[in-house]
Amino acid sequence: MSTVTFRVFRGDRNGGELKDYTIEVQEGMVVLDAIHQIQAEQAPDLACRWNCKAGKCGSCGAEVNGKPTLMCMTRLDTLDTSKPVTVRPMKTFPVIRDLATDVKWNYEANKKIKPFTPAPNTDWIMFQEDVDRVQEFRKCIECFLCQNVCHVLREHDEKTGFIGPRLLVRTASLEMHPLDVENRLDMLKNEGGIGYCNITKCCTEVCPEHIHITDNAIIPLKERVVDEYYDPILGFFRRLFGSKKQTQAPSSGQAADD
Amino acid sequence: MESYTIHDYDVLVIGAGGAGLRAAIAAIEQGARVGVVTKSLLGKAHTVMAEGGMAAAMGNVRPEDNWKVHFRDTLKGGGMLNNWKMVMNYTKEAPDRVRELERWGAVFDRTPDGRINQRNFGGHSYPRLAHVGDRTGLELIRTLQDHAVKMGIHAHMETTIYRLLTDAGRVVGALGFNRQTGEFLVFRAKAVVLATGGLGRIYQITSNSWECTGDGFSLASMVGADLIDMEFIQFHPTGMVWPPSVMGILVTEGVRGEGGVLKNSEGKRFMFDNVPERYKGEFAETEEEAERWLQGDRNARRPPELLTRDVVARAIRKEVNEGRGSPHGGVYLDIASRRPADYIKKKLPSMYHQFMKLGNLDITKEPMEVGPTCHYVMGGVRVDPDTQATNVPGLYAAGEVAGGLHGANRLGGNSLSDLVVFGRRAGMAAAEYAAKQSGSYQVDEAQVRAYIAEALQPFNNPQGENPFALMKELRATMQKNAGIMREEGELKAQLEILANLKKRAWNTSVSGSRAYNPGWHTALDIRLMVEISEAVVLAALARKESRGGHARLDYPDPDPTFAKINHIIRRSSDGTLTVVAEPLPEMPEELRKIAEAKDLKELSDKVGA
Ligand code: SF4
Ligand code: SF4
Ligand code: FES
Repeated sequence: MSTVTFRVFRGDRNGGELKDYTIEVQEGMVVLDAIHQIQAEQAPDLACRWNCKAGKCGSCGAEVNGKPTLMCMTRLDTLDTSKPVTVRPMKTFPVIRDLATDVKWNYEANKKIKPFTPAPNTDWIMFQEDVDRVQEFRKCIECFLCQNVCHVLREHDEKTGFIGPRLLVRTASLEMHPLDVENRLDMLKNEGGIGYCNITKCCTEVCPEHIHITDNAIIPLKERVVDEYYDPILGFFRRLFGSKKQTQAPSSGQAADD
Repeated sequence: MESYTIHDYDVLVIGAGGAGLRAAIAAIEQGARVGVVTKSLLGKAHTVMAEGGMAAAMGNVRPEDNWKVHFRDTLKGGGMLNNWKMVMNYTKEAPDRVRELERWGAVFDRTPDGRINQRNFGGHSYPRLAHVGDRTGLELIRTLQDHAVKMGIHAHMETTIYRLLTDAGRVVGALGFNRQTGEFLVFRAKAVVLATGGLGRIYQITSNSWECTGDGFSLASMVGADLIDMEFIQFHPTGMVWPPSVMGILVTEGVRGEGGVLKNSEGKRFMFDNVPERYKGEFAETEEEAERWLQGDRNARRPPELLTRDVVARAIRKEVNEGRGSPHGGVYLDIASRRPADYIKKKLPSMYHQFMKLGNLDITKEPMEVGPTCHYVMGGVRVDPDTQATNVPGLYAAGEVAGGLHGANRLGGNSLSDLVVFGRRAGMAAAEYAAKQSGSYQVDEAQVRAYIAEALQPFNNPQGENPFALMKELRATMQKNAGIMREEGELKAQLEILANLKKRAWNTSVSGSRAYNPGWHTALDIRLMVEISEAVVLAALARKESRGGHARLDYPDPDPTFAKINHIIRRSSDGTLTVVAEPLPEMPEELRKIAEAKDLKELSDKVGA
């Protein structure tokens, strides 16, 4: 057992400050355990969002020593605990209180994406190799950490013209579904703002589900948009032969599911 | 005076896990105005944690499978205490509900010929679980969430229901508050569907998320709804035991379904010695036979690691108690020596990451240490097997909060399909009931004011107790006195502890503002948790036998007289709970034959009947 100091943001949308809490820690503890211990012993009104404490629900995103991460999956022994550990809320979203942020925007922006639309009269036969890449995207736990780090949202606050990496991943999961027939390229080009993304890959780096957001989702979608709007002949043929699903292989050789 | 806003709905659904979302979709389809209340954000409910899969006798992998075999397996696993009609409705409809999810966008793992793949699980005679790696619950909830959004669902996120509201014996809505702001909300509704999930948080070691505080059971019981079989609580055999802070986190049964084996500190596969009488002859008797089964030999019987959860959990307890446990008080679960690393990573990716991250352990190289963790409650609000209606008009329940389907023990994989089968039924029935309600129904203003005052009381009680400390005490004592192994003396002691905690639950103190205040939320949670804990302990005291998820040290065997009864836990007008034994509903002869079939081939010959 040893003691560690946590420097935790306390405040709301009008601002706040970092406050120090020193607690006794045990082997194997994660940051979320520390926050809970602070709640139980020192600051019962310290707000944080969590559900599963197992990295499955995506509720507990925060910035630990400046790094966006799931608090429940960040072990203290991976941090330098000789100095205070700073815990702040995700910066891109307005603070409700302390570590809990208002992520409602993501749910609203999601409504821009047209829902799953299966081909009529399909026999629902799909092969594993055809669904592998869609399954990669469907691993998303909606932690919004990628939204949090994307500079388009974080620095430029472009929340009207851009849906962000999470929702690009969701669009990819629909566009690349072997049986979906809806067309979302117009949305991607316009309200979706895929052009804002300049492939910095910051989103991919923070994804706790290790989804290859840029290589497997965004870049192929960008290519489709380009083909559709800037290469009208290819776009014409694609519409003619209805082969929107088959023309692209994943653009990177990386495993689709790790 | 404290203000509140009013929302009017035909159907109010409390809870947005699998059952709640499916109920909401069904009610919207019937044309009802539907509101959904969830304590969390949309898509975060405990359903996301379900790993292994959803059971449905689709017969995609073994054509011999059908609803009858599933019916038989479910009743057998449930110690025959299940409500037979619920089991029938469930096993017949589950395949349609799985296919429906696929039509709404779910992408299940595939068979080589391109259909929905199905995997083996404890207690299921055939590979029956539609799955997506080890994140099936996430797939289910995301699909329902997307579909509900498409249907125009109205969700009140991060909103807690404090009490149900009644008028002349009918449920007419609920009082709640927005967790983000602390503002109170009154929901006026013609019908209410409870889909609040389970109660794992009344125990110290649990796989359940913070939401599983048993709200629905208490809310229902407080307005006079009967509960059934609350003594039956499932301790999942394999939870993480190390490090301490992750104790209880689930290790999917899929590990054993994929060939993982349980060993004690002597390296022995102890499950071979723990096959109960009723399962004799159905499981492999040698490691060699189990090995052949794993290789796909259809004449070999399945390994005993795939016995039902109650049996495996107790066997693990026994190994540990008799000194053959692992260093941290569990046993070993070994998949590393059974399957190649790539296969493990492909089939069990979340487990691989979970142990890597939280336990510093590579499951493709080393065995895991596992032990029992509180996972599920079979009992719940008593409902009609067709409509999910409770005995209180206007109140419905579906999913884990409803009792009856699983009897004394739930088979793995039978929960996810339960959610969608009965969520749909509840939503349809609630919408139908709501459509028939004409005339006025009243929300009692004075009752609302009184509830708001009592909910705010901890802010005006500076000398009260720390709610977190109280919560810890409740969970530790329930674990010790009403946990996996029970005994009369301890249960009685727990009743006294609960009587004391009940008083103290009304004397807590919280500070700060009402916006997103976990201390306050905890103070209110405890009030409901002590109520439901009492129901569990009373039912456990009354059942003087061991069966399924209820194990008594003082009555270690099943008792034929108890084989014929369910326990109804009823609240009288003065607020006290009583346990009433009721005979099981009579099962028609034809179904009894199916349930008692010894030879599976008998059932499979009549496919399609
Ligand atoms: S790659 Fe694109 S979406 Fe991802 S962080 Fe960079 S700009 Fe944003
Ligand atoms: S894509 Fe990854 S980082 Fe983004 S929300 Fe999903 S899980 Fe989180
Ligand atoms: S609490 Fe669920 S991901 Fe951290």
